[in-house]
Amino acid sequence: MFDDFLVRALVAGVGLALIAGPLGCFVVWRRMSYFGETMAHSALLGIALSMLWGVNLMLGVFVVGALVAIALLILEHNQTISIDALLGILSHSTLAVGLVLLSLMPWVRVDIMGFLFGDILSVSRLDVLIIYIGGAVLLGLLIWFWRPLLVATLSVELAQAEGLNPRRAQIILMLLLASVIAIAMKLVGVLLITSLLIIPAATARRFATSPEQMALIAALLGSVAVISGVFGSLTWDTPTGPSIVVAALIIFLVSISLPALGGRRK
Amino acid sequence: MNKNTQREILVSGLGIGVKQGQRWRIRGVDISISRGEIVTLIGPNGSGKSTVAKIITGVISPTAGQIIRADNLRIGYVPQKLEIAQTLPINVTRFLSLTKSHSPQEVRKALEMLEVFHLKNAPVQQLSGGEFQRVLLARAMILAPDLLVLDEPAQGVDYAGQGILYALVERLREQTGCGVLMVSHDLHVVMAQTDKVICLNGHVCCSGSPDVVAGSPQFLELFGQEAQQTLALYRHEHDHAHLPDGEICNHSTTLGDSKKGASDV
Repeated sequence: MFDDFLVRALVAGVGLALIAGPLGCFVVWRRMSYFGETMAHSALLGIALSMLWGVNLMLGVFVVGALVAIALLILEHNQTISIDALLGILSHSTLAVGLVLLSLMPWVRVDIMGFLFGDILSVSRLDVLIIYIGGAVLLGLLIWFWRPLLVATLSVELAQAEGLNPRRAQIILMLLLASVIAIAMKLVGVLLITSLLIIPAATARRFATSPEQMALIAALLGSVAVISGVFGSLTWDTPTGPSIVVAALIIFLVSISLPALGGRRK
Repeated sequence: MNKNTQREILVSGLGIGVKQGQRWRIRGVDISISRGEIVTLIGPNGSGKSTVAKIITGVISPTAGQIIRADNLRIGYVPQKLEIAQTLPINVTRFLSLTKSHSPQEVRKALEMLEVFHLKNAPVQQLSGGEFQRVLLARAMILAPDLLVLDEPAQGVDYAGQGILYALVERLREQTGCGVLMVSHDLHVVMAQTDKVICLNGHVCCSGSPDVVAGSPQFLELFGQEAQQTLALYRHEHDHAHLPDGEICNHSTTLGDSKKGASDV
């Protein structure tokens, strides 16, 4: 059964959605979507550097993503450049530098479109294995650090005063994001990764009454989007990565036309 | 409360100093809080009130001096402000188990103590300011704290709201016997039940007990009937002045002026 590329694509995609949904909730709560976008774009620089030095692609993407995140954490308090402008600079320059570097290495034959928009139908059994082992570890870490992450999101002072290290929580969140991007890159591409983080989480908000519920619903909605997107792309012969995002968008649009359960009576 | 009974000291700091870079944020601060005692920290912005509060809660360690905390001291913290994003679904019950899990019975007890049990399923974003303040207090009290720390809890609240808050804090102290450290933004008006006011400006400028002047008609006119039981004035007894850079210059001749300024409010 696993010899079928379709089954591999579905299993891999659902595996990714299960971790991207809960993690995406933090991206939504902390208003970090542009931050996530910047880290995702830096993945292309990670790919180029990995090719240059001959290291594993996922490792290269993770390291560059983590470095960009740490740079942002340090530069956050810089008064002369706003964080907004800083994100804009880093987001596009890492993408551009990555593309330029790749073009300067004519001996490297890469499918740039595949990295930008993903190629979920070409995932191997090894890719599936990596997604599930990596995803399980990430999900485990997210559950383990759930409380400090949540409290640090709500109030840094409260987390400090009651002994939950908010700075550490922030760094863990960045590392989790960099890891998910490294895993997701091959499936949906660096330009579309953040949509898998944000759209299911934003959709889940209307149906959740607690943070934990929102994370669960986001994971489920993400999986539904992956499955519908893959089948949709086969039916209408459309590119798979973008089809998944379109499916997620349709679910979001349908959800906002439904009555809310999560109490936004105000 | 009987002043003669020796009350257990919860936290005491001696000669506390905190240096940031080349500058001392605070220096030579002595402070102690006992069980059942209410200590109010006042001082201008940047005077180191929050730094002292952070020393007490253990968030930062002093550069100089020593701090002694009672064994297994439990601290309940009420933050200065807490804005919860609309994107985060959370109701009052879940909010109470934020930093630690609690049984439904404990949640019920804490909410009933603050008279907000009927709000247990309400999303916290929909609470009014007063309701949310009670929920914040309930969240701190559910930890059964030995010491309750309130960081400028009445900021942006009028004197009536401040009075209600102070009455609540007083009742919590009566019921549980916890010590209270109140960090206040108001230089002159403090909680009437405060046992000790500490006025900070990098160091302890003066300290003492507040004057309860509730009987005076002027006080009533200023703050209203509501405030009579809960608000008091603090008369500063400074024997020095601060230069613009915070350096202390001693000239006791200005004593009268600062006193006058304080009591005129």
